[in-house]
Amino acid sequence: MNKLKDIDEAIGYIKDGMVVMIGGFMGVGTPEIFIDAILEKGIKDLTIIANDTGLPHRGIGKLVVNKRVKKVIASHIGLNPETGRQMNNQELIVELVPQGTLAEQIRCGGSGIGGFLTETGVGTIVEEGKRKIAVNKTEYLLELPLKADVALIRGSVVDKQGNVFYNASTRNFNPLIAAAADLVLVAAEKIVEVGELDPNQVMTPGIFVDYIVGGEK
Amino acid sequence: MEVKNEREFIARRIARELKDGDVVNLGIGLPTRVANYIPEGVNVILQSENGFVGLGSEPKEGEINKDIVNAGGQPVTIKKGAAFFDSAASFGIIRGGHVDVTVLGALEVDQKGNLANFMVPGKMVPGMGGAMDLVSGAKKVIIATTHTDKGAPKILKKCKLPLTAVGKVSCIVTELAFIEVTPRGLVLQEIAPGVTLEDILRGTEADLTISDNLKIMSV
Repeated sequence: MNKLKDIDEAIGYIKDGMVVMIGGFMGVGTPEIFIDAILEKGIKDLTIIANDTGLPHRGIGKLVVNKRVKKVIASHIGLNPETGRQMNNQELIVELVPQGTLAEQIRCGGSGIGGFLTETGVGTIVEEGKRKIAVNKTEYLLELPLKADVALIRGSVVDKQGNVFYNASTRNFNPLIAAAADLVLVAAEKIVEVGELDPNQVMTPGIFVDYIVGGEK
Repeated sequence: MEVKNEREFIARRIARELKDGDVVNLGIGLPTRVANYIPEGVNVILQSENGFVGLGSEPKEGEINKDIVNAGGQPVTIKKGAAFFDSAASFGIIRGGHVDVTVLGALEVDQKGNLANFMVPGKMVPGMGGAMDLVSGAKKVIIATTHTDKGAPKILKKCKLPLTAVGKVSCIVTELAFIEVTPRGLVLQEIAPGVTLEDILRGTEADLTISDNLKIMSV
């Protein structure tokens, strides 16, 4: 099957109100072409699951600034003051999650694991409403998996089968979210023919990827 | 040696706590500066929670690689022998006890080793990022902080702000003192040159035991 799509067709799969996971860390490894297309198409009321909300002019930050987001699940919102402002004005729901817990919740979501136990957050506000389980006298929080309707990932090199290589620190949450969503769109910095990407370098196997869009910078 | 200011003094003192071969995660801000003062002959491996070990120095002009940033989103370099990984592996390293030392800042720290450093309700809510996992998972947690916030003690009997983690702090390094957290409470181990015990007690709300072996801080 042909996974290559133009941006208009690919973004047509994203509907108002969907739960969308977006890769990247402070904008690095975030697929900007999808962000821009969501803005252009007027898609709104999204629930975003991501490490952070980018910067006001970069990455997920642009979605927040343009009021396309209803709820954010993230570990950090400090570099985008607009997220905090909307949260304080109750225009936006923000659920803050420790970064390692968020990564593992997404990993579980994509791996068929029903939850996991972590010491992170015990005795803090993070434990509110969660089950505490003691194992061998250590107390843990039970954290549950996270899944999404759509994952938007950014690949440095993508072959036409959807195999993805992420350069350097652009990898971050991208391979995790690629496994945890019903539909996975990759924005490719470079698209190569099948066979050109060394199988040893593949970080997200193409079986996870539904559609590939070129033109990511 | 000339130490320019108190932040440099704190960073220099913490750098002396690092041992050859340690895997170390430095928080953003003052803790980041510890990397500038690691003693010669001590090679530590710096971890960056956005997904690599082998963090190097700031890039020189023309050396910037847009794909290599630290956990604050700033461009950095990597050293020979560095390795990249995804965020789940990165926090497996952190929670799994593979980080020997983490250095983090504090809004408040208390005599039970509790730390508050990620939010001031209603005012500043940037989120915990990786701090909760780091404080829970690292073998040694060093707090780098000015002793007071414009005269108001930051080393308290009991933290008032929302906690980052409970009972995980190993030691506190300020421009005035090196304080160890022990099961019996805080022990003043070192005082900065030219500082009196009265200066320290005035700026500290927590109960302090003074070590029998009290030393002058050396950087």
